[in-house]
Amino acid sequence: MKVALFVPCYIDQFYPQVAIATLQLLRKLEITVDFPREQTCCGQPIANAGYEHYTAATVRNFCESFSGYDYIVGPSGSCVFHVKHHFHGEANKAGIEQIQKNIYELSEFLTDVLKVEKIDAQFPEKVGLHQSCHGLRGLRLGNSSEQVVAQYSKTRRLLEMVEGLQLVDLDRPDECCGFGGTFAVSQAAMSTRIGEDRIADHQRNGAAVITATDMSCLMHLDGLLRRQKSNIRVMHFAEILNGATS
Amino acid sequence: MNHSQSSEKFLRDKQRTGWHDASLWFVREKRDAVAKAVPEWETLRTLASEIKQQVLSDLDQYLISFEKNAQKNGVHVHWARDGKTHNEIVFNILQKHHARSLVKSKSMLTEECGLNEFLLANDIEVIDTDLGERIVQLAEEPPSHIVMPAIHKKKAEIGELFHQTIGTEKGNSDPAYLTEAARQHLREKFLRAEAALTGVNFAIAETGGVVVCTNEGNADMGVHLAPLQIHSMGIEKILPRAEHLGIFLRLLARSATGQLLTTYTSHYHRPKPGGEMHIIIVDNGRSEQLGQEKFRQSLCCIRCGACMNTCPVYRRSGGHSYGSVIPGPIGSILTPGMPIGGHPDLPFASTLCGSCNDVCPVKIDIHQQLYHWRQHSEIRQAAAPGKKRLMQFAAWLFSHPQAYRLAGKTARLFLRMLPRKAIYHRWNHWGLSRELPVAPRESFREWYDKNEGKK
Repeated sequence: MKVALFVPCYIDQFYPQVAIATLQLLRKLEITVDFPREQTCCGQPIANAGYEHYTAATVRNFCESFSGYDYIVGPSGSCVFHVKHHFHGEANKAGIEQIQKNIYELSEFLTDVLKVEKIDAQFPEKVGLHQSCHGLRGLRLGNSSEQVVAQYSKTRRLLEMVEGLQLVDLDRPDECCGFGGTFAVSQAAMSTRIGEDRIADHQRNGAAVITATDMSCLMHLDGLLRRQKSNIRVMHFAEILNGATS
Repeated sequence: MNHSQSSEKFLRDKQRTGWHDASLWFVREKRDAVAKAVPEWETLRTLASEIKQQVLSDLDQYLISFEKNAQKNGVHVHWARDGKTHNEIVFNILQKHHARSLVKSKSMLTEECGLNEFLLANDIEVIDTDLGERIVQLAEEPPSHIVMPAIHKKKAEIGELFHQTIGTEKGNSDPAYLTEAARQHLREKFLRAEAALTGVNFAIAETGGVVVCTNEGNADMGVHLAPLQIHSMGIEKILPRAEHLGIFLRLLARSATGQLLTTYTSHYHRPKPGGEMHIIIVDNGRSEQLGQEKFRQSLCCIRCGACMNTCPVYRRSGGHSYGSVIPGPIGSILTPGMPIGGHPDLPFASTLCGSCNDVCPVKIDIHQQLYHWRQHSEIRQAAAPGKKRLMQFAAWLFSHPQAYRLAGKTARLFLRMLPRKAIYHRWNHWGLSRELPVAPRESFREWYDKNEGKK
């Protein structure tokens, strides 16, 4: 099984510990992981801002970096969603389709491919799970609260395997955090308000740590929490599964 | 003004924003409760979506058979290419009957056409009879929501408005008192009206009849009292057969207000004895939208408003912040393709969270359409005029791995070295309310090269 690690650009630059945790976690599960060095960004920020037509070269770089692997695994639902659903182009149709078939968000890979039933980690904390939207509704990592289907959450199930970890119930189980990529800057006031409301929900329900499948949501929430001088911390779920100490 | 600016204004009143958000979330939760009591909910959504898409594929045929069947029942059918034509048709019908007063039951289409303004300018009295619609009409405001037009108004504000406009006691904002006062006020209008106009929820091709859903019975009251009845509908309101109502009525009421069924479901097939019935079929940009493959699905909309109630942005900015006839997520994908106004940046008034897709009873891919509309040059330009260069640079950077690595390293260095004041200033919109991430000395790649050896 040839597995490539996809590290979204902002994780590479600002949250290396999340990529390290993902790498180590996969190795613990006896997976050999490559890190294709020429990877940069999936191009989502540019495309969501309406400039998808500028991203052809970025998409090409992505496809070249990740061709030839059986699986591509990334610790971000949002970036994986973008690759899976927005990459297109006649020039490299087959290559793109191959990448789209092989790319997985981390909890999806652990659940559906590795069929993980046991995680060797402890985290004796009250944890609020922020269900990042693109992973939840885009990749269907779990059911959304709008759907009338059987309840499931791949991420939640994995977190429940961690010893001592106590998940708190939220008043609004899957409301957006308000980050939204460039939305966070172009509609800063709105983004802030949605984020503050989200934090208040976690706080009201006693979360000491907020975790998520996407560090981008957590970057936004963490920015607000630190400005508020709150005691609540954020941590990517890969760090928790990899045995981060609280 | 764009949506970003108008929502910022709304957000300045923190308490009111919280109240507005909670009011609409309450409706969303009511919807959840009743939807979840229907085990076949997702099947209903799939059926509704498929029926609507089939209707759109054969719309011309359905409209022709609808017209034929309506005419067989003695109904006058009119076709209006745009809003202006629609208004003139209404006016001509009224003139023919020497009617000087018209009662309306909620119709977003007539809002879209600007019918009220047109008729008032022609000396016709127009009274909106739905309570919420009447409130916004008295306040001289457009509706802020397509199902709950006055949801942005607090009780006390309605009390004051009624005091000033229909003479209720000053300071009395008891809902029962105000509703009764409105009822008495409207009763008199109903009795005097010479014509009644309603919107249409569903138009049945096989019967030529139209269906209107209300909770106040005002459509019936208007239609039954006035000798002349007019129903205005968009071309996309067609359902092939009456039996399809079994799917759509269940979905509509539950999605809109969390009711099992609206209090009144009125079916109009033919004029009452001695009366006259007209149906006006309006295009106003719909055919053009139908011709756009990426956006045609927006015409499946049954105007339930569930996407507004679930949208984290709508709940915190209110319907007026969109500047469009139809606000919220569905408004943001309908408006750019149709001549119905609205702020130019609406497809950007979203975090792309996708909740609208999942709540939509006819499964419109709103979130994908928002993404596609963003790719239109005028729309992205309106949202952020200065972004083009930056995006060009980012695209170049992301396709040149070495430059990307160097830029990342430099940016992190600056973030660590620069004094706080040089980073957190008024042009840093992120930093107005949030801290930036702490810039690490090593990127993951640098860590990897050091620890795993450069390969």
